[in-house]
Amino acid sequence: MLSVKGLKASVGDEPILKGLDLEVKPGEVHAIMGPNGSGKSTFAHVLSGREGYEVTGGSAELDGEDLFELEPEERARLGLFLAFQYPVELPGVNNMYFLKAALNAIRKSRGEEELDAVSFMRLMKEKLKILHLDDSLLKRPVNFGFSGGEKKRNEIFQMALLEPKLAILDETDSGLDIDALRIVADGVNALRSPERSMIVVTHYQRLLDYIQPDHVHVLAKGRIIRSGGKELALELEEKGYGWIVEGEAA
Amino acid sequence: MSAIPAEATTAEEKVETTGQYDELVNAGYEHGFITEIESETLPPGLDEGVIRTISARKGEPEWMTEWRLAAYRKWLEMPTPNWASVHYPPIDYQSISYFSAPKKKDGPKSLDEVDPALLETYEKLGIPIEEQKALAGVAVDAVFDSVSVATTFREKLHEAGVIFCSISEALQEYPELVQKYIGTVVPPTDNFYVGLNSAVFTDGTFVYVPKNTRCPMELSTYFRINEAKTGQFERTLIVADEGSYVSYLEGCTAPQRDENQLHAAVVELIALDDAEIKYSTVQNWYPGDENGKGGIYNFVTKRGDCRGARSKISWTQVETGSAITWKYPSCILRGDDSVGEFYSVAVTKGMQQADTGTKMIHLGKNTSSTIVSKGISAQHGQQAYRGLVRIAGKAEGARNHTQCDSLLIGDQSAAHTFPYIEVKNPSAKMEHEATTSKISEDQLFYCRARGLTEEDAVSMIVNGFCKEVFNELPMEFAVEAQKLLSISLEGAVG
Ligand SMILES: Nc1ncnc2c1ncn2[C@@H]1O[C@H](COP(=O)(O)OP(=O)(O)OP(=O)(O)O)[C@@H](O)[C@H]1O
Ligand SMILES: [Mg+2]
Repeated sequence: MLSVKGLKASVGDEPILKGLDLEVKPGEVHAIMGPNGSGKSTFAHVLSGREGYEVTGGSAELDGEDLFELEPEERARLGLFLAFQYPVELPGVNNMYFLKAALNAIRKSRGEEELDAVSFMRLMKEKLKILHLDDSLLKRPVNFGFSGGEKKRNEIFQMALLEPKLAILDETDSGLDIDALRIVADGVNALRSPERSMIVVTHYQRLLDYIQPDHVHVLAKGRIIRSGGKELALELEEKGYGWIVEGEAA
Repeated sequence: MSAIPAEATTAEEKVETTGQYDELVNAGYEHGFITEIESETLPPGLDEGVIRTISARKGEPEWMTEWRLAAYRKWLEMPTPNWASVHYPPIDYQSISYFSAPKKKDGPKSLDEVDPALLETYEKLGIPIEEQKALAGVAVDAVFDSVSVATTFREKLHEAGVIFCSISEALQEYPELVQKYIGTVVPPTDNFYVGLNSAVFTDGTFVYVPKNTRCPMELSTYFRINEAKTGQFERTLIVADEGSYVSYLEGCTAPQRDENQLHAAVVELIALDDAEIKYSTVQNWYPGDENGKGGIYNFVTKRGDCRGARSKISWTQVETGSAITWKYPSCILRGDDSVGEFYSVAVTKGMQQADTGTKMIHLGKNTSSTIVSKGISAQHGQQAYRGLVRIAGKAEGARNHTQCDSLLIGDQSAAHTFPYIEVKNPSAKMEHEATTSKISEDQLFYCRARGLTEEDAVSMIVNGFCKEVFNELPMEFAVEAQKLLSISLEGAVG
């Protein structure tokens, strides 16, 4: 599904990613943890094609397609989805309208028929239930004036609707209250399938109680310095990052 | 501080009515002047003789000829306007032909001769080939409007007693109505271009809605798209008698080309007691090539007079075309409890310049006005909003709400806002809000990460920005306006 090899990327002259390797197979859930500023969001942005980063080495392929050859929207249409750490507000743009346009853009690129208003509404109702989202949010402008938690839930709702192949959730759990965390996790679990892979970036092992990852990685100083199973997250929770990062340096 | 430019301004799109419906067309031929117009063009230049000839050709009453001449004499004494905010080379008024045959001869012979960029836009708007020809100024012989539509349309209006005809026809059929109202809102001495227009106008529309009548349909220049030739000096006069209502749609979303670079129209609206006039414009004159070459100068003077108590005049405009636009649709709130509204979206890109805004002149008691202006600037587009709200001493309890938002795309465009407020009555309630925003990289990336192209993203954000104004447009017009906006901003990003 996703194959990242020796990825190096910098912002300006500053190297941020310094040779990152990651293999994600269909249906797998990978958790990426790591200290603040270690490059987790950068990794997510570089994969989804945000401007401002220069890829200076390595490769990233999604189902054999070179991601770096594609525009951000082409990557999205290919099935890559990024749930933003900081979802962006679009004043004046109706949430429902936005979602319909996005969904239809993706469907069209897949050669599927665009959904009309009625089938779209039906689909949306169905997905709303999964996220226990209040449908009043759909009538409002995208993320505009949403609370932090509402924004995060809206991201997962979008994911539910767009049904990506590979979803990267960048700290979707941060800012959620306990109930919301549970709901979001349930939503994510409902979307798990043998064809869909996920990369979950988080600081908290608690999320991983709900979303059981197949693999846990520690990203520090621009590289993955340790990979393991779910127990690695527990260990991190207990000991922090210091011991690995130092061990690595030694 | 610089004063607000003269009065309203700017020529403006098509407001043609002549011979829309078969009967009117025939009537025109019967009077003999339409054929004559086609066969004759006066040489360039302007003097009293030319004005007399125009008036005679149009078969106008004596008073009209005198009115034109008086306007002309005043015009001669007026200085050429010199506005700080728009730039264009001086216009030689003696090189214009003020009475000319339709542009059939000069226009392109076929669509092959038309700017391909223009044709591309027509394609995107889904305009049928015959209409494309008309819009591009290609000679068209066939009348492609469905005659039955026009007929039903005319019958319905006739039943309601609504007069909707060309200003020339009105001068012959309803001279006393025209005489009673023309120039009472925008006097010939108002500004330079009004002076010129008053002396030489040959096209335009007249609407009269009788007492307690709701005009049974939107009056639209749409129905006349086959006559896309546009007068250079148009005159529109709309009178809504007591308790009546009319909605008038002007313009067309398709970019129109015209041989005439200068357009100086005058629009006068009069609402008597309890009457309401809603005037919507979608304007998309040819803005010229990317260097602005060949674009239209649009200097129109539009003003509405809420003459009666509880009357209401509402201007809604979507402006995307022209090389230079200069206009200030305004309301004089004379009647007590009268209401004035101005909703505007203006887009400038490439080398376009726009200087628009409104004036709300509160004279009556408890009058209220609302101004919502949305300016969008991309590339090198330059835009200025000027709004004047004046509360006269006797205008007890007047209220104004002004909201003025600018959206910039890219970093070479500019928007300027100049609100002028004059309050002579302490009981006035004034609110003013202004914002300037930019479409951010973050916003664009967010949209693209959801599968939308950058252009989709821009058009979505822009349409969201303009929603309050689009909501004021009649439904079909709003849809067209949205489409138009997206098309006109294509390639404007980056
Ligand atoms: N546009 C930028 N300009 C300058 N520095 C940047 C930019 N983007 C990222 N960085 C730097 O790159 C480093 C990695 O940032 P990144 O956001 O990827 O970290 P993170 O692992 O997601 O951290 P957190 O856990 O706090 O979200 C940080 O030092 C950050 O300051
Ligand atoms: Mg981060």
